[in-house]
Amino acid sequence: MSTSTETIEKLVKQEYKYGFTTEIETESAPPGLNEDVIRLISRKKKEPEWLLEWRLKAYRHWTTLQAPQWPKVHYPEIDYQDITYFVAPKNMSDGPKSLDEVDPKLLETYEKLGIPLHERNRLLGVAVDAVFDSVSVGTTFKKQLGEKGVIFCSFSEAVQEHPALVRKYLGSVVPPTDNFYAALNSAVFTDGSFVYVPKGVRCPMELSTYFRINAENTGQFERTLIIADEGSHVSYLEGCTAPMRDENQLHAAVVELITLDNAEIKYSTVQNWYPGDENGKGGIYNFVTKRGACRGVNSKISWTQVETGSAITWKYPGVILQGDNSIGEFYSVALTNNYQQADTGTKMIHFGKNTRSTIVSKGISAGHGQNSYRGLVKVLKGAANARNFSQCDSLLIGDQCGAHTFPYIEVKNTSARVEHEASTSKIGEDQIFYCKQRAISAQDAVNMIVNGYCKEVFKQLPMEFAVEAQKLLAVSLEGSVG
Amino acid sequence: MTQPILAIQNLSAGVEGRQILKGINLVIRPGEVHAVMGPNGSGKSTLASILAGRDGYNITGGEVIYCGKDLLELDPEERAREGLFLAFQYPVEIPGVNSTYFLKAAYNEIRRHRGQPELDAMEFLTFVKERMKILNVPEDFLKRPVNHGFSGGEKKRNEIFQMAVLEPKLAILDETDSGLDIDALKIVALGVNKLKRPDNAQLVITHYQRLLNFIVPDFVHVLYDGRIVRSGGKELALELEEKGYELIVHRAAVPA
Repeated sequence: MSTSTETIEKLVKQEYKYGFTTEIETESAPPGLNEDVIRLISRKKKEPEWLLEWRLKAYRHWTTLQAPQWPKVHYPEIDYQDITYFVAPKNMSDGPKSLDEVDPKLLETYEKLGIPLHERNRLLGVAVDAVFDSVSVGTTFKKQLGEKGVIFCSFSEAVQEHPALVRKYLGSVVPPTDNFYAALNSAVFTDGSFVYVPKGVRCPMELSTYFRINAENTGQFERTLIIADEGSHVSYLEGCTAPMRDENQLHAAVVELITLDNAEIKYSTVQNWYPGDENGKGGIYNFVTKRGACRGVNSKISWTQVETGSAITWKYPGVILQGDNSIGEFYSVALTNNYQQADTGTKMIHFGKNTRSTIVSKGISAGHGQNSYRGLVKVLKGAANARNFSQCDSLLIGDQCGAHTFPYIEVKNTSARVEHEASTSKIGEDQIFYCKQRAISAQDAVNMIVNGYCKEVFKQLPMEFAVEAQKLLAVSLEGSVG
Repeated sequence: MTQPILAIQNLSAGVEGRQILKGINLVIRPGEVHAVMGPNGSGKSTLASILAGRDGYNITGGEVIYCGKDLLELDPEERAREGLFLAFQYPVEIPGVNSTYFLKAAYNEIRRHRGQPELDAMEFLTFVKERMKILNVPEDFLKRPVNHGFSGGEKKRNEIFQMAVLEPKLAILDETDSGLDIDALKIVALGVNKLKRPDNAQLVITHYQRLLNFIVPDFVHVLYDGRIVRSGGKELALELEEKGYELIVHRAAVPA
């Protein structure tokens, strides 16, 4: 780990190790968006009439909307007629089959990413659903989950097999009219994951979805819906990567979580979409709407996110605290290096009595990265004794980057207690020199300091993923000191 | 004669065009304790910084040989791995980084450099606790983040503790006595004395003579305006205390 003369500002090239593409025959819709494309998607997925109508309604609403201008991010206007809205590996377009029928090249891709889909190869006790471009390629551990009554399948499959559940909950947390990207997603979403945990069941293993964008000029619009019935518990993790491409690609997902009485969902994200090169060329636009609803009393939803990828991240995983005594949590590490931009945070909406929320946000800016925390804590009239604690910390590496904090607090109940703490710190030359004088290289010193800074969030992640997140952060920071 | 640990020859250096060191000569051999004394602005801390490899100084002349190697060619972390340790005048706080973790990383870097196997967490903890006993360092030093929230005295003690763990060949103490009350001073000095060995050396940089009541140097050098104007035994420190820098410097300046 020897390093030559270093200054914090000197940026060197870093490699994105997931940037390969897979040569595979695909079937796709023509680029552009209109009602015919939506009908095509719906037909390909053999969807019931109500869902097509739902999509069309969302589309018609979307055409009246404009992309939000308020985020503190800059990018050229997106031409939505340039994007391909449906791409599928050719022999998969009729929907998921058993793993034995999946193209070996696809399985190879996931092997390269460290996601073994073959159950015989499994290392972790984690059930995985993998989404390749627009289609789910296989869900592992189905049988074992089935014995407990846990449904974990691709969204398309859920539409076929569990239409009542889908119809009841789809759009109930994030309505199609919620915002520009949510409306777009509702119109064109192609796949995603579906989870239902029945009453009183503690899901016996971590559930995980792995998203991969492969094709060029495609958008990925997945839809995830997780329902935890009374007294149940589930922990869910998503990971994402994409090839290195010069063009920007759009990813606009919607995730909806629902907990009924005494239920708990823990949702963890390790987001590593291609961030673009060191000059800011290429990379994923990650415009995502994630929201959970604690419908039941004593229920709990916890979001943990480690955001290291994407050229632009725009996401605010929130919790609507409806049930009395319900709990919402948001733990976030967002890193921007080179020319990455992130505008991310959370929304905690307190409806019920004695509802509690905790926000811990750790922003890290390096290179020319711009990192904004944007959060809303809203306590409604009926939310007696609601409590919120927010902590928003920013860490700067070098002096070309920026950190911004936009906390919004609205309190309509006098018995509520809302606390907000914020700090900004910088990894200084003197800290680096101190470490070097103790035989530790500059890069190791930065990793050590950043990991120490993120500890609070990492300890929320399932163990194996906490280790992965630490490594990922180290890779993403490579070259932040030259 | 044994090879010197440090040999500074005619070292000149400055910052932004301003000359601070104007030809320093100094030889330190194994088993020796040297004290460099001088008034504010004489170049004491510059000397310490240059030896440790801090950025921002222009070396305009001379050379520094450390254990037979050209010291100025080495990166700061390489110097540290070669056994050069600087006890900072202002130890730096590193919030969030646990002291044990930090020390283990430093210690294992040095072991790796020497081709020795790294210690795992348990082995390191056993080792480090034994070092703590020698210096009477409170156990909570290990649990706290590096220097974060430490008092001035605690920070200086922590420097000496790190020195005890990393076992340097050459320890440079940059005004370790500044800002310490007499009790803290005794603790620091006691630590330094305990760590003295026939195969290592110490360079103690100080403004006041009082530290030298507790650390007994073999040689004392007076640094003034970027030059060592007088060298002598430990009695020189007492003379300095008695007469002050001005008089000694003045006498030194008069040609013999």
